[in-house]
Amino acid sequence: MSVRLRVNPIACEGHGMCAELFPEWIELDDWGYPIVAGEPVPPELLEHARRAADACPTLALLLERSSSGRERVT
Amino acid sequence: MPEGATATAREMSAKLPRLLAGLRRGRPTTLAEHRERLGPMPSTASGRERSELLGEVERSGLRGRGGAGFPTAVKLRAVASGPGPRILVGNGSEGEPASRKDTLLMARAPHLVLDGATFAAALVGATEAIVCVKESSEEAAASLLTAVQERSDAGLEEIAVAVRVVSSAYVAGEESALVHQLNGGDGKPTFVPPRPFEAGVGERPTLLQNVETLAHLALIARLGAEWFREVGTPDDPGSVLVTMSGGVSRPGVYEIAAGTRLGDLVKAAGGPTDPLQAFLIGGYAGTWFDVRSALDLSLDHQTLRALGGTLGPGVVIALPEGACGVAETAAVAEYMARASSGQCGPCVHGLAAIADALNDIASGRAAPGTHEWVARWSDDVVGRGACHHPDGAARLVSSCLDVFGAEIERHERNRTCAPPPGMTGLLPTRGAEPVGAGG
Repeated sequence: MSVRLRVNPIACEGHGMCAELFPEWIELDDWGYPIVAGEPVPPELLEHARRAADACPTLALLLERSSSGRERVT
Repeated sequence: MPEGATATAREMSAKLPRLLAGLRRGRPTTLAEHRERLGPMPSTASGRERSELLGEVERSGLRGRGGAGFPTAVKLRAVASGPGPRILVGNGSEGEPASRKDTLLMARAPHLVLDGATFAAALVGATEAIVCVKESSEEAAASLLTAVQERSDAGLEEIAVAVRVVSSAYVAGEESALVHQLNGGDGKPTFVPPRPFEAGVGERPTLLQNVETLAHLALIARLGAEWFREVGTPDDPGSVLVTMSGGVSRPGVYEIAAGTRLGDLVKAAGGPTDPLQAFLIGGYAGTWFDVRSALDLSLDHQTLRALGGTLGPGVVIALPEGACGVAETAAVAEYMARASSGQCGPCVHGLAAIADALNDIASGRAAPGTHEWVARWSDDVVGRGACHHPDGAARLVSSCLDVFGAEIERHERNRTCAPPPGMTGLLPTRGAEPVGAGG
């Protein structure tokens, strides 16, 4: 089981709070929208990730739990 | 590329066409003509029959013909294992401006598409089947409606297929966008998951298949996996419809064996009208290839993917030497920016910035080094939309930077090019005129 951050790009309005709260994992592009690292968030940083997700005014930052090896069907 | 992966032109003529065989000029094939040539579909009445036929589809190795090339059997099984009621959607929305194959197939071989639709619906236990046609394809919609009526009049025991007219817009044919439309929405992609196979139309497990994929299923059902694999490559078996345009004598829709050399396709399309410099393969989410490396390319998903490209929905455009690849790509980049559904920031702002910068380069207004911004933005937007629209646009632009690098540097030294008459606007950026079957 690992936890990853994911943005709902439709909901995201580029407020940028997440990058301020969790710069280790999130940077902003030239228009202020977050670029989120795709790797699993290590346990010691989970609290930061949670704080960033909670702070998003549009609830666009998601903490996703996934077990490895899940099958994706497009 | 393995030697055996390339089908020769002789093999093409020996085994093909399959989907485009028996087409009538200027009118659809009737049910009687269709059944006389191909016979009836096999029974799917019992569970054993369905399971055997599903195995046959699996062994055929058929990949979806809508662009992504996903194995059809995997999708069928995913939907079949979902909770009922289930639904089948045939995607004939063909948003690619340079693609004609789906519309041609629905207009001229509607019964092949409907055979495939009712067959796929039966395999996954769908209780409803819909085939979607874009607004601008009136002829295809009319053919399908007539064909549905013919089947009902003939008393075929099968699920009734509904024909739905959907938006012609580029992104409206994307899976989640199409589902959104069928659910009464506006044809914009939605945030996934859930994916359509989990919860699609009416929240039901939804099997979405491109209409060409359905047509192949209609033949696999009758003739079997082994027959299907007689042409194509082991990874990408069967035949593929491609829409060839640009600098060739006979532009149009061609049916080729997957793995056919691009040079052989060009020959089949009457050869080049002018000396060529590059090919766009895979449509507007595809990539450019320099003519020197392109002619020996094997047109199949595996080969093109390994090179960072895609076969996409089978769009191939030949670019003559007299045209400007940078200006052509800039026009498409602008089209792709306009085609964005406008929902995701990176796509809205990123594609607009890329298109502006590329247009500046093409018209000699850009400072040296502008292409480095284009490269950065093209990397930045990948994977950051709800759908893959920005990824596709970025892939095309990135390949333009690679293939037309020297041209771009010339443009950045404040030079414009002046292509001769007839050598501009070669990549359509609006609904263009219908093209008939080639060959």
